[in-house]
Amino acid sequence: MIRMIPVRETILGGAILVLLLLIASRFSGFVAPSNLANVFNDTAPLIILALGQMVVILTRCIDLSVAANLALTGMVVAMINVAMPGLPIPIIIVIAISLGAIMGAINGVLVWKLAIPPIVVTLGTMTIFRGLIFLISDGKWVNSHEMSPAFTGFPRAVLLGLPVLSWIAIMTVIVFGIMMARTQFGRSIFAVGGNPHAAVYTGINVGKTQFWAFVASGALAGLTGYLWVARYAVAYVDIAGGFELEVVAACVIGGISIAGGIGSVGGAVLGAIFLGVVKNALPVVNISPFWQLAISGSAILIAVAFNARAGRAKGRIILKSAEATQ
Amino acid sequence: MTDTSVQNRHVPDRLNSRAARLFKSWEALLFTVAIAIFVINSFASPYFLNAWNLSDATFNFTEKAMIAFAMALLIISGEIDLSVASIIALASTAMGLAVQYGAGTPELVAIGLIVGLLCGAFNGFFVTVLGLPSIVVTIGTMSLFRGISYIILGDEAFRGYPSSFAWFGQGYIYWVFTVEMLLFAIIAVIYGVLLHKTNFGRTVYAIGNNPTGALFSGIRVARVKFILFLLTGLMSGVAAICLTSRLGSTRPSIATGMELEVVTMVVLGGVNILGGSGTIPGVVIAAFVMGLVTFGMGLLNVPGIVMSIFIGLLLIGVIALPRLWSMTRDRKSA
Repeated sequence: MIRMIPVRETILGGAILVLLLLIASRFSGFVAPSNLANVFNDTAPLIILALGQMVVILTRCIDLSVAANLALTGMVVAMINVAMPGLPIPIIIVIAISLGAIMGAINGVLVWKLAIPPIVVTLGTMTIFRGLIFLISDGKWVNSHEMSPAFTGFPRAVLLGLPVLSWIAIMTVIVFGIMMARTQFGRSIFAVGGNPHAAVYTGINVGKTQFWAFVASGALAGLTGYLWVARYAVAYVDIAGGFELEVVAACVIGGISIAGGIGSVGGAVLGAIFLGVVKNALPVVNISPFWQLAISGSAILIAVAFNARAGRAKGRIILKSAEATQ
Repeated sequence: MTDTSVQNRHVPDRLNSRAARLFKSWEALLFTVAIAIFVINSFASPYFLNAWNLSDATFNFTEKAMIAFAMALLIISGEIDLSVASIIALASTAMGLAVQYGAGTPELVAIGLIVGLLCGAFNGFFVTVLGLPSIVVTIGTMSLFRGISYIILGDEAFRGYPSSFAWFGQGYIYWVFTVEMLLFAIIAVIYGVLLHKTNFGRTVYAIGNNPTGALFSGIRVARVKFILFLLTGLMSGVAAICLTSRLGSTRPSIATGMELEVVTMVVLGGVNILGGSGTIPGVVIAAFVMGLVTFGMGLLNVPGIVMSIFIGLLLIGVIALPRLWSMTRDRKSA
């Protein structure tokens, strides 16, 4: 039955539309184009991070350090901005991306060269990065009045009707869409996740591919670090605390299999947008924002159960029935 | 998540003697580290060698260690539960809610244990009945369980626990020996016997080493895993009782990040994160190591978040160093 429905992305897209219609039936202002643009802009960091996480999950890894990476990069660029207010924004962005990529590379090297399970590596680096923020900032905040106007203005500048933040998210989606579908790296990511042994025999270096996946995820986390700190105009130890779970949730909801090899750019984006719509709709429909954590938790469980059912038909049927009959 | 590297098996001509194995074991190394830390600490701070201070220090690890024992079995069987800290939050919130309706200490304990069991059963259902990966399921329930606490509590806090309830987290059995220490010791013995001396314990190792092989040799893999999730939930309930009793209040952010410390403790104790090997005595010593380190750093005025850097380094280091060591050794012999 489920095979008849074309693809997972269509179902998720339909679910988002139904959700929007439900909200619109009571609060028509929510679906006004300007508000939807706001919702998209608010979801942009989640979309960017979900794309990085998608690449990592596709290679059978997981990156729980993205939020800490984001916060550390954000703090570093904010402090650089305070120390050198004249530094042009493109240089700040390059610094943010490289710093994030370096942190991703640390995860990647530990997974590639030492074969430590990714969940252990990134749980560890998650706390280390958070701790480092405290060490470099001494627990102090960097507030908006200390940052230069150019620094905080960049992600908010409006270009062709949309803020730069939204455009960066759109650009990332396009770049990743092309990368996953049209480049050797993109295809090798699917190969590594789909069947690592077969990937080795086709001449793909599994560990190296995982390493670059972590670098990509880290670089995007670094970029988002600058955008986040500039947009909210504040940097402190706990920014984006627990955001890594939301990023993983977006991927899981978007149909990216945690077992690797299955998933798409469209799925990750829709998963992020779904969470973004829910988050923005809660205050509108008068539900306490405290519900959000439980809702994203339930969404993860429902999505993963649903995806597993959809993919159940193939493979290991003998074993499954043996397990079921006991 | 799979380890694709193929390791060369080295078959020795003669097995090492029992004593040699004991001295060369991970537990022996860890024990030496624990003693070294104890000695360093007693030189670093004049307040360290004080029976009451040391007794206070045990609170750093007793609650986490209770969960770590159950978690060790779960990880040996090849699964993981990242929702333990959220189970504590939910169990604590449930107890706080019961207090508002006038529940006494026995009811509170029952509620804490039952909520823990239910959460464990919930995780176990998704993993064993629906066959989903435990990492994703427990990342989901990690948000869900704590999310429910946030829905109930918001930014409020529950207080007003009965004074007899304080016994669990603040009571003393004899002199400096706390109730929590006694619980810790009893639970350690129970899990040690369960893992190392019973049929059930052997099946846990079998499942961790080869789930398919275990299934075909007649082990009820799904049932054993379900029981392990129940046990982890139950232990989180026990930890919730101790922690709530010690703090005397419940906020939804209670025990945030504790899952990391529990997993670190288990891995530091020599349990293979990929499943199949590990011992309870190892986890006991790891609990003492982590407790002594955090207590020693606390005496030296190191802030909590800096200690967390250390715990993160410890987690990666204890796995990385043996692998680095064996890599350099292989290179030399090759």
